Amino acid sequence: MIGRIVVYGSAFVIAGIVVIQTIRLAKAPKEKAMRLGTIVGIVALALLAVGLVLGMFVAPTERMMGDVYRIMFIHFPSWVGTAAGYLIAFIASIMYIKTREQGYDYVAVAGAEVGVLFNVTGLITGALWGRPTWGVYWTWDPRLTTTAIMAITFAGYLVLRAFIEDPEGRARVSSLVAIVGFVNVPIVYFSVRWWRTLHQVQSSPETVDLAMVWPLRLMMLGFLLLFLFMLTRRYLLARLRGEEELDLVRMEVAGD
Amino acid sequence: MGDLRRAWALVRKDLLTERRSKAAFNAMAFFAAMVLFIFSFALGPDAPGMSAGAGQTLLQYLWPGLLWVAIFFTGILALGRSFQVEQESGGMEALRLYPGDKKAIYAGKLAANLIILAAMEVILIPVSAVLYNIDLITKLPALLGVVALGTLGYAAVGTFYAALTANLRARDVMLPVLLFPIMVPVVVAAVKATTLVVRGDPMGELWVWLRIIALIDLVLLTVCTLTFEFAIEE
Repeated sequence: MIGRIVVYGSAFVIAGIVVIQTIRLAKAPKEKAMRLGTIVGIVALALLAVGLVLGMFVAPTERMMGDVYRIMFIHFPSWVGTAAGYLIAFIASIMYIKTREQGYDYVAVAGAEVGVLFNVTGLITGALWGRPTWGVYWTWDPRLTTTAIMAITFAGYLVLRAFIEDPEGRARVSSLVAIVGFVNVPIVYFSVRWWRTLHQVQSSPETVDLAMVWPLRLMMLGFLLLFLFMLTRRYLLARLRGEEELDLVRMEVAGD
Repeated sequence: MGDLRRAWALVRKDLLTERRSKAAFNAMAFFAAMVLFIFSFALGPDAPGMSAGAGQTLLQYLWPGLLWVAIFFTGILALGRSFQVEQESGGMEALRLYPGDKKAIYAGKLAANLIILAAMEVILIPVSAVLYNIDLITKLPALLGVVALGTLGYAAVGTFYAALTANLRARDVMLPVLLFPIMVPVVVAAVKATTLVVRGDPMGELWVWLRIIALIDLVLLTVCTLTFEFAIEE
């Protein structure tokens, strides 16, 4: 019991720190973001290596599903990245609307884009697991449907950004889209859940062998750090592009 | 009261331009007719009933879903136009300078869209019932409630996104791309409720689904109302 509280508590704290630190990137100097990204990238690489070895070779074969279950070492952690990415995009969008600082827009687009990447990973690995286990690649279960709608919503957000040239207009319009899209996620979940349901109940650690739990926890942490690495790099890219755009605007103004 | 008057002025202006040009309405009428025909061609007007629906044709069995697909696809034409007049004539500036709370603009535009969508539905629903041979007379009051609630949710988010995408180059592409994912809960609940209305409701679930739509409408309306002032900024 105490062990579980420690594990969940620390997971909660780590996730909170990741989200807050990411939002604060908006005001951090570039060098700091770069350094942070590199450090977490290296740690993520090590954790993923250990987690994969443990998960693929050390963890025992599952009695009912056989080796197919091992895809969960990629599948579950993907949702960590998805949730963190969209949550960061949502918070950064609210911060943008309140403060109108372009930095928050860079964080928001980084969160959304990396979130979509992990979201699609989760959907694909889920479908690959569903075929041998459920007999179908896809069902209209609430979690599957909600995550698919999430992917479409935030992919729409990214498409929208490509159509707006004015940096401030783009940041304003897309942050509103992110806010409405994020608020909509739980509504989609519950409406589809009342409509129909099938998904396997989440396994709790009591029902899973310890030799499976620890690799999974390592992978989750590894994916979270991998997410943070990708997010900081994407953020820096957005910032470079944004500053270039602003320079172009200044040149035009000066040219007149 | 001032804001109410401002919203009303906007509704009157929108309905007046629509009554004179009939741009949105004509487009919707022909498009809706075509959608209904395409359903017939695609699903076969006389295909024998499915095992679940005794003696019904496929079109009769699927009517609740088809109705909402038709409403959503047709309605997007009106929603996409709702800020077009302002956008083309430079009236967006006037809207932004409109005194008082920006929520009045949202309320006015939303009410105008609701009236235009309702006009479309008043034609679409009976015509589809006639074409697909569905007996609606006794079910009309309940159906009216479902359609009103579903349309409210659709128009609430639709008006908001129409304002957001008004000055985009690719607004005709972006509006459905952004709007339809948000509409998933409304579609799910509205189709379920319409099915219960048409096919009978032995378990008394209709009331629950009506309240679910109302709740979804409330959340979406709140979010859109609170953020609308940022949507029409320049």
